[in-house]
Amino acid sequence: MKVLPFGDDAVLVELDDLAQVRALDAAVRAARGEGRFAEVVDQVPAARTLLLRGVGAVDHAALATAVRALPAGPAAPVAERAAPVVELEVTYDGPDLDEVADLTGLSADEVVARHTAATYTVAFGGFMPGFAYLVGLDPLLRVPRRPSPRERVLAGSVAIADEFSAVYPAATPGGWRLIGRCERPLWDVDHEPPALLAPGTRVRFVEAG
Amino acid sequence: MLALVQDLGRPGWAHVGVGRSGAADGGALRLANRLVANPESAAGIEVLLGGLRLRARGPVTVALAGAEGPAELDGRPIGRDAVIEVPDGGELVVGNATRGLRTYVAVRGGVALPAALGSRSADRLAGLGPAPLAAGDVIPVGPAPDELPMVDLAPVPPWPDEVVVPVLPGPHADWFADGLAVLTARGGYQTTPASDRVALRLDGPVVERRPDALGRGLPPIGLVPGAVQIPPNGLPVVFGADHPVTGGYPVLAVVRSSALGSLAQIRPGDPLRFVASR
Repeated sequence: MKVLPFGDDAVLVELDDLAQVRALDAAVRAARGEGRFAEVVDQVPAARTLLLRGVGAVDHAALATAVRALPAGPAAPVAERAAPVVELEVTYDGPDLDEVADLTGLSADEVVARHTAATYTVAFGGFMPGFAYLVGLDPLLRVPRRPSPRERVLAGSVAIADEFSAVYPAATPGGWRLIGRCERPLWDVDHEPPALLAPGTRVRFVEAG
Repeated sequence: MLALVQDLGRPGWAHVGVGRSGAADGGALRLANRLVANPESAAGIEVLLGGLRLRARGPVTVALAGAEGPAELDGRPIGRDAVIEVPDGGELVVGNATRGLRTYVAVRGGVALPAALGSRSADRLAGLGPAPLAAGDVIPVGPAPDELPMVDLAPVPPWPDEVVVPVLPGPHADWFADGLAVLTARGGYQTTPASDRVALRLDGPVVERRPDALGRGLPPIGLVPGAVQIPPNGLPVVFGADHPVTGGYPVLAVVRSSALGSLAQIRPGDPLRFVASR
């Protein structure tokens, strides 16, 4: 773990892999829930890093010490396992479903069965408001992004790419493989909370009947 | 004409993909608000360059701060950094800035358009907050605070000929051949017209990676305003108030937060010089 100053008001924690990020992100979130890390206002996990940002100058050394003192390792996400699971109903009629079946050597039905069998966790966001990178995808469903992105992916599109699955909260250009669609809004600024899926949230996909 | 409603932004939402946004020159908005005895966090109008014409519905108290340039009330010149009483029907004109880029209009009571996630800042990247102001828009004003303006005029420092930008080493400073040396060399950089609230895109000396960092990839990392990112062409990009929440190129340096306001006032083509800070 490396804790690097990132300007006056933030530190960037560099970690070895996404599992370490998830563990530390959950540990910091739990500590903030208990009133610690009071100077941290924004907590931004990403693939290999966790950004902790305050408002105004932070004491980088004190923040680094506090981060290092947290319980590390896979034990931390235990709290996440106790959290409720968000169930998302999906109609599996995406334009790339057959291509994903070809790429994986599975039938379309098997792709759907494997996509609905897993329980996912939001690892991080960042691409657009409400967009959540979900980990927990069946390794057999790992497919690369499309060679060229679509100019427009519809809101609610359920997608997979590499080790991740996601639901597009709004229409946007996008390069992931689209396997279905979900009617449930993922992002609504007038709703509390505005994002249905935040880091640590667990998700299951259910085939719409 | 681009006029955006801005307050001090919406911290605390970066983990779900929403940056803080807020006035690009926060110090100027705070000053304008203090002049009309608003809380510093009240929403005002951020005018890019100039060309804004406002007509009062009922008497209002306003102040302009930020860029330097002409302004008029009912055809008569008025000063910036000063308290202006606008009568019912009075017409306020913010002319084109002669120095600096962004003028802030504070109105006593604050702009009272609807807030999103606790802020009235227009975030053009996330698509949150009030739409850019357009001709014919009616801008509601909130209730006047109890406090009364304390001064008529605020002293402001003279505008510098060259903006000096203090930077701290960023998390990837060691990816680059000379650390901060190229970035902070004399001669410096100038902003290009492709600059906006998302980022300043600079022209000037190319920053080269160290040989061992040439092919190195970087998964996206969380960003802060003032992060100086070096894309593959070696020309620095300095993130602003509406920066993306994450970015995928190495961050050579980070502008000190005290300098973010003056950074937002640099006009396209104007020079700036980075200096290493500690």
